[in-house]
Amino acid sequence: MGHTLKEYTERLEVLAAEKGLDYYPVDFGAVPPNFMMEIEVYGLPIRMLHWSFGVRYIYHLIQRRMGHSRIFEVVYPGNPGHAYLADTNSLAENILVTAHVLGHADFSKNNALFKRSQEQVGYHIVEQAAAHAKYIDELVMRYGRVRVEQVLDAALALEQHIDMQKPLVRKKYPTEREKKGDPREENVFRERFEKLPGENPPKTENAEQKRLPTPPNPERDLLWFVANYGPETMDWEQDIFLMVREESFYFKPIFDCQIMNEGWASYWHARLMREADFLPNDIYVDAVRAHSAVVRPYAGEKEAALNLNPYHVGFALWEHIFKEYGEKDAFRVRANDDDFSFVRNYLTKDLADALKLFIYKEKEDGSIIVVDSDIGDIHEHILKKKYNFGCPRVYADRIHEDGSLELVHDHKTDGRGLDPNYAAHVLKYMHTLWRRPIVLQTIDDKKKTKTISCP
Amino acid sequence: MTPENHVLSARAYSRERWLELFQRGARDLLRHNEKIRDAVREEIKRMPIEKNASSPHGTLRVPVHFMEHYRFKLLKEAERVGTGQGEGKPGDQLRPATKRQGKGEGGGEKGGITVEMEFSIDDLIDWLWEELKLPNLKQKQGKVTKDEYTREGWSRRGVRSRLDRRRTVKEAIKRRSVQKDGPAFTNDDLRFRELQVRKRPSTQAVVILAIDVSSSMSDEERALAKTFIYWTIQGLRRQYAHLEIVLIAHTVEAIEFPEDQFFSITADGGTKASSAFILANTIIEDRFNPAIFNIYFFYASDGDNFQDDRKDAAESLEKLARTANFSGYLQTSDSGNKKLDLNVRSETATLFERLKNQGIPSACYGIGSQEAVFEAIRAFFTHQEEIED
Repeated sequence: MGHTLKEYTERLEVLAAEKGLDYYPVDFGAVPPNFMMEIEVYGLPIRMLHWSFGVRYIYHLIQRRMGHSRIFEVVYPGNPGHAYLADTNSLAENILVTAHVLGHADFSKNNALFKRSQEQVGYHIVEQAAAHAKYIDELVMRYGRVRVEQVLDAALALEQHIDMQKPLVRKKYPTEREKKGDPREENVFRERFEKLPGENPPKTENAEQKRLPTPPNPERDLLWFVANYGPETMDWEQDIFLMVREESFYFKPIFDCQIMNEGWASYWHARLMREADFLPNDIYVDAVRAHSAVVRPYAGEKEAALNLNPYHVGFALWEHIFKEYGEKDAFRVRANDDDFSFVRNYLTKDLADALKLFIYKEKEDGSIIVVDSDIGDIHEHILKKKYNFGCPRVYADRIHEDGSLELVHDHKTDGRGLDPNYAAHVLKYMHTLWRRPIVLQTIDDKKKTKTISCP
Repeated sequence: MTPENHVLSARAYSRERWLELFQRGARDLLRHNEKIRDAVREEIKRMPIEKNASSPHGTLRVPVHFMEHYRFKLLKEAERVGTGQGEGKPGDQLRPATKRQGKGEGGGEKGGITVEMEFSIDDLIDWLWEELKLPNLKQKQGKVTKDEYTREGWSRRGVRSRLDRRRTVKEAIKRRSVQKDGPAFTNDDLRFRELQVRKRPSTQAVVILAIDVSSSMSDEERALAKTFIYWTIQGLRRQYAHLEIVLIAHTVEAIEFPEDQFFSITADGGTKASSAFILANTIIEDRFNPAIFNIYFFYASDGDNFQDDRKDAAESLEKLARTANFSGYLQTSDSGNKKLDLNVRSETATLFERLKNQGIPSACYGIGSQEAVFEAIRAFFTHQEEIED
């Protein structure tokens, strides 16, 4: 008795360091449960206001009322990191959650995707998001809520359409083809090919060809593209787009590493609990009970779940990796992988069987049937929803002479369909900023070309 | 509640009180609800008014969907394939077929949770009538007047309650500017407001709404007629400070009903339109002097009427229409079509057409679905405007 969470935390941190966890200092804060829920809704403690968060908020409120979700902690990577614990947690729960947070903190400092995102965005996303929110409040005062809301409608609708292969701060496209700069002209093979008999000689370059089209290559970073190339985009509209983009750069690795990251944190909270000999027995038992509630695959009385609990799957995968490959390799995987490579490389047939993973089909009549599957199917079905930030791939293809914008749904490399009704609404949002016609080329459910346009 | 050792240490775990001041989620929800209220302007038109829809508190419960913030979204597959976990071998059925009807989710626009929001009738009417851009109804010119006191001018004598202090002080200042060392106020400084009797146009109106509830009217047709009448009443109430409403339902005989009962009437029997027209005439004679009241008459039915009632109906209707500012006829059908083809003249439509040919202000309109109710209201009221201009 008498030991406070702070004392346990200090001892947990010593233990974690001994085990090789490496992280930036973490600021812990206890917050009321309703604020925990808001953090979950917004993704960040203080984020810009937008009505769509209100919809998510009410859904969460309903879920909480039905007892479906309980949030123990939320942690933000950074230097220092920020962790919020629900002030309704018991001491045992908080000890478990603290160990869990240390796992996350280690992950976000060392995982390559997190590292790169933080190098770009900086180590103070919580403060930055709050500054964005404040700036947007000011814009509302200056330009009115309706105008700002229209811009946010569009910017948040394109939230997932960023390109993290490119840096956060990007230069605009070159406007002219450089004489020697074009790789096509330097291509020796092409030159030889064009010299072959019967092949048309390359046209002589004229002024038209010298000017590069915009964008010169398909552009996937729609937020950046609209901000910079909208024919009449105003400065403050550009600001909003770039702020949303910056936050997306922060969110992307969290989305891409969810199974790994939650699994890693769960693995470490379990292990630290196991090895923390300074914990009194009753607290240990309570903590383990909380642990099994978090990582259980499906709710108590049910026999099967129709979606996977990332905590459970990730946890099982990490246990398997530590056992089969050893500590050193486990730390390496944590640094180098994301969910795609993690699942494909380490979720083996045996492990999938042990976890009782299966694939089901829901037919049009509502019946659900388990179908035959091999391990490859299981991998791809777990990852399918995660591909490209969970969105269809859409790129900006061309700005035409009249300023109209042509978007293309890259159905060939994506392989997943695009909802035309939703797309039509997104074009409407975009049109309020682009102020010129926008078209989107996609395919319908019979694989025929389909053009959606606004207006 | 919390045992001692569960309290977080003050230094490392700073309890951040300011967080409780933020209600960002709630603020965004309010904004969302505001937007939904705008969206309800659309929804409301498609809503049949049933007896239970309106509560006694002057509110209306409307089912609404949460708004969707659209993104480029993956297309929902006809056959959803997913990964699950637990006991399940290939071929196992985890859920039997559920009766999902042919509709499917093709539209994909609606879905999700529907909530019932309560709206004040006043708001709804404001929106609707704003959107309809209806002209304010013209009132009878000239003959309708009413004596009324209006404030006009000032006097040096009067009762204390009508003392105009500001004016009095002004007078005192004026006086003292020429009078050295005069008293602060004298009796001559006092000014009282005067009242004058003036004649003013009356804003009194009576709307007589008659509905056919005979057996030939199907449930849908009755619902249409009632929706129309409901919104017409609500709308007219906004135009007139003192609006009298007379509600008549008829089969072979006509009965006047109070408003709280009117919307739940059902009846069986044949159709004699003249009974409603005659009752309306009697009510006007007894209670509403056409010299004082603006009289509006609306009649809703499916168009059927007994053949041998034709002469009586024509006569009584003509008498009624000549005393009224405007007479409208709404023909309902359960066809589901938005607008009805009134070229196929029904018995009753013919009666109203004849009025029109005689130059009596009147109009006919046919509807077959809830969406069309507001078209009908718009048609009637813009029509009425043209006539009176």
